[in-house]
Amino acid sequence: MPFYRSHVLVCVDPECLAKGAHDVVDAFQDELVAQGLLDEIQVLETSRIGGCSNGPEMMVYPEGVHYVGMTADDVPFLVEEHFLKGRIVEKFREVAKVVVDEELGPLRPKEVRVVLRNCGEIDPMNIEDYLAVDGYQALGKVIGEMTPEQVIDEVTKSGLRGRGGAGFPAGRKWGLTRQVPGDIKYMVCNADEGDPGAFMNRRVLEGDPHSVIEGMIIGAYAVGASYGYIYCRAEYPLAVETLNVAIAQAREFGFLGNNILGTDFNFDLEVRVGAGAFVCGEETALMASIMGQRGEPRPRPPFPSVKGVWGKPSNNNNVETYANVPQIILKGANWYASMGTERSKGTKTFAVGGNVAKPGLIEVPMGITLREIIFDVAGGIKDGRQYKAVQTGGPMGGCLTAEHLDLPLDYEALAEAGSMMGSGGLVVMDETSCMVDIARFFMDFTQAESCGKCTPCRVGTRRILELLQKICDGKGERGDIEKLEDLCHEVAKNSLCGLGQGAPNPVLSTLKHFRHEYEAHVYEKRCPAKVCRPLIRFEIEQSCTGCMVCARNCPVEAISGERRQIHHIDVNKCIRCGICVQVCNFNAVSVSS
Amino acid sequence: MNTLIIEHDIQEVVQHAIEKHGKTPDALIPILSEVNHVLGYIPAEAMREVKKQVHNSAEGLFVAESQLYGIASFYDMLSTQPRGRHVIKFCENAPCHVVGGKAIWDTLRENLGLENGETTPDNKWTLVTTSCIGLCSVGPVLLVDDDMYGNVTTDQIPEILGRYE
Repeated sequence: MPFYRSHVLVCVDPECLAKGAHDVVDAFQDELVAQGLLDEIQVLETSRIGGCSNGPEMMVYPEGVHYVGMTADDVPFLVEEHFLKGRIVEKFREVAKVVVDEELGPLRPKEVRVVLRNCGEIDPMNIEDYLAVDGYQALGKVIGEMTPEQVIDEVTKSGLRGRGGAGFPAGRKWGLTRQVPGDIKYMVCNADEGDPGAFMNRRVLEGDPHSVIEGMIIGAYAVGASYGYIYCRAEYPLAVETLNVAIAQAREFGFLGNNILGTDFNFDLEVRVGAGAFVCGEETALMASIMGQRGEPRPRPPFPSVKGVWGKPSNNNNVETYANVPQIILKGANWYASMGTERSKGTKTFAVGGNVAKPGLIEVPMGITLREIIFDVAGGIKDGRQYKAVQTGGPMGGCLTAEHLDLPLDYEALAEAGSMMGSGGLVVMDETSCMVDIARFFMDFTQAESCGKCTPCRVGTRRILELLQKICDGKGERGDIEKLEDLCHEVAKNSLCGLGQGAPNPVLSTLKHFRHEYEAHVYEKRCPAKVCRPLIRFEIEQSCTGCMVCARNCPVEAISGERRQIHHIDVNKCIRCGICVQVCNFNAVSVSS
Repeated sequence: MNTLIIEHDIQEVVQHAIEKHGKTPDALIPILSEVNHVLGYIPAEAMREVKKQVHNSAEGLFVAESQLYGIASFYDMLSTQPRGRHVIKFCENAPCHVVGGKAIWDTLRENLGLENGETTPDNKWTLVTTSCIGLCSVGPVLLVDDDMYGNVTTDQIPEILGRYE
């Protein structure tokens, strides 16, 4: 093995890539060859060195010098100065090094990390890093000291429920799969995280893949499965790569394959990559896709525990559920159950987005209130605006309002309020969001993702979307709101799978809590949040200085006026794009509805 | 005929994909994904070839062309239409939308003269939207082939496009 005197780590995060990180890596390799340093200095691609705001970024070890903002052309100079002459190049040196992980920063107030504990802390490509933080000790404990029934009991006692969103008790599901007779059983991991804005599972797969693999092996031991599939969406290429490396290493160390840890327990695992279909997150569709078919759901029962992949009993849980298991085994069910509410135990990861001051990935104990999540963990509403609503549960979830802020995080409590836990997307909205527009946005998504197998979902979501579009366009008529409501109930009641059953939720919940906004659109032709373009007007007020910036930026030349004179917008020409509001330095353009 | 196809012998591409993923029903999606990756899309001829090579009634393995078309047309990442040498995938989902995605999308359309799903006459570029790729904290996000670009600004677009031949 060659011994390098220096290691150069170049950040290849998307933002650094956009600024030419690959060119810098290539230039570095070329220069090392040219200078004959290839045996002495190693160049590696890595991620998240700093904030990427001044990329490309690199770290030089062992000195620990952080360089930023160089181009490929600067590389020969940098190599000569730093590696030949031994002088740090101050020009590119990042002195005030602040490591900013935009997704997952340091622990925030009220956060408790169980699933995310290793993310960003260990090298996911190196199994020894995982072993060093008690990795695979839970597997050892299970195989050495526990019967499958004891494992199921422990997981049941912990109160762990399905983190994919439905919240079925994990231990009970394992027990059901175990009870079904059959010599071949499968473990399935749902890593088809498709909700827009939700990326908790991606981060776990990329940052701590072995915790998921270990959880699956323990589950396989408990239910008596001999083979497993991790169904990962194709949109996550790095997660697929990390998983494949992790599985190969686990096999090498004897945690996967035949005679695991010297016993007669056999279990192996492979990654199946999707091909782009949101509905494959539904468990029966997912299994159809594993078997090489169109990812269309089928009616249940039979449930996968009875009849799953290849018609055999199959246990399906999501990434986060499995990642919790090793910790539950190691620290005990009582420890896990000590967090949370009566009915919902442990922690939950969320991707908080929208109009909050500190968006990103968080993990909080169940039972925490939405107020604590939004205001204490996520830093409150951005730009001093007013909180209006939060969408939980992704595109099939619902909107909750200010009156729900003190609701404890709990599967049943969220469902009773008209939303759901879902997989963990949280979109926070302030007063500038129009709730009819938001409902239309989510419906646009579910309509496009409807697989088309059952009519209520295929046709129903399209009709709901058309009605919402009509209302947003200011063409809503008397009776449309009632029609919308009826249609939503029909689609929810008659659709085959969770996608269609949940699709009307954003509409129904906004209708419930913000009916007055729908009514304003339909009866008064007004959009109270001033979002829906056909219903708003732009006007230039007296404070206009006549600087002409708006007139120059208007794409349709709807603004006229002399220099130093108050300008005027021709409402017939105006396309309501809002550019004039953005460019005006004097807040002189007002929007009314 | 598309120039890409002349460069690649379809039969060879299919055969290679089958050797890599196996002759089983559950290999069909990986096989088609691989063909799509190499050729940029799945021509009808490739589906015929997959059927020819995988279908084996003696061993109870039934594959119909209609079934392959069913798969190819169901999944977003598989295309039955020819695509350009480089495919730009733009994330149009809410988290990217609220941080200025619309302006990026408009700049892309303007620079390339394309609407969603279209390909330039010289077969260089295809522009499509994609489902959320989970890089929401560095939005707006776009992909050129397999390269991911985050926190993209409108003035970076010409430079990014300029990197591809």
